[in-house]
Amino acid sequence: MSHTGLLNAGSLASGYTTPGPLEFFLPDFSGKHWNEDGYQVLLTKASVLLVLGAVLAFAFLRVTSRRGEIVPSKTQFMGEQAYSFIRNGIAQDIIGAKQYRRYVPLLVSLFFFILINNLFGIVPFLSFSTFSRSSFAYGLALMVWIIYNGVGIADKGFLGYLKHTTVPSGVPVWILPLLVPLEFLSNVLVRPLTLSLRLFANMFAGHLLIVLFSTGGAWLLIDATGSPVLKPAGIVAYAIGIAIGFLEVIVASLQAYVFTLLTATYIGGSLASEH
Amino acid sequence: MGGSLNMVGYGLAAIGPGIGVGLVFAAYINGTARQPEMQSRLQPIAFLGFALTEALAIIGIALAFVLKAKNG
Repeated sequence: MSHTGLLNAGSLASGYTTPGPLEFFLPDFSGKHWNEDGYQVLLTKASVLLVLGAVLAFAFLRVTSRRGEIVPSKTQFMGEQAYSFIRNGIAQDIIGAKQYRRYVPLLVSLFFFILINNLFGIVPFLSFSTFSRSSFAYGLALMVWIIYNGVGIADKGFLGYLKHTTVPSGVPVWILPLLVPLEFLSNVLVRPLTLSLRLFANMFAGHLLIVLFSTGGAWLLIDATGSPVLKPAGIVAYAIGIAIGFLEVIVASLQAYVFTLLTATYIGGSLASEH
Repeated sequence: MGGSLNMVGYGLAAIGPGIGVGLVFAAYINGTARQPEMQSRLQPIAFLGFALTEALAIIGIALAFVLKAKNG
């Protein structure tokens, strides 16, 4: 119990339990619940939502591009706008006009996949963004890590890429013993960590805020007794919760954009020629 | 009332990234105001700077949940 209390950040004396990381341990579809003995659940809402996100991203791009017409319909226009935003706004600008074409499919599907999965967080009845479970974000970052390192190695050879990524050009030789380990640390080891943590922690914190304001508002309205200001405070808490829901739309799109942008930057950095 | 001192620490730790993100977007707005045609060039740079600065705050919130007092 003390463990649960610690994870849940404690409960108020009068009975309101503040939400904590345990909110994110969803029960299995078989009905079994994650427990402290470490029972591994097989299929949760999060993994189903991940698959649903992939299906929806595919369906969106398929429907908007199925019948390409010279005078685009509304749906085709919408899809093309979104596609060209990634293609021209991210891929072409960051990777460079010569080589960007190969990476457009990756970046477009990454963007829509992450965007749809993030938006699940504010869809009623789903209300859980997949990437607020860190393992999914780690998997995505691992994929990006393999891709940008693989692209660099394919382009420059193993040693050539290692030199390209760890030895900055134009610095005096005597400072290299200090810089090379630092560059290796930041470019190879820390990059996937920050990439996944950024996505995960944004979604995690957003979901936690919404849970806090909605359950706290409900508790203040229904259960809290004592001072007469508690019920109006519950209404204010609900209003703030709704406002945070709108903020989450912005955060969801922003994180999808930033993840795609950083992926493009890393690929572009691996491909860049010495200057 | 229970709670965790970690969150107070996280609040303090978020001051730095907060100022940093503010500086990034101040420069972006300034640049766009002076030269509106550069907006599309500045936008990826601004968001890249924002993402890298924000990483500090994000690592902070992750650590605030991870690090626990032994007898808390």
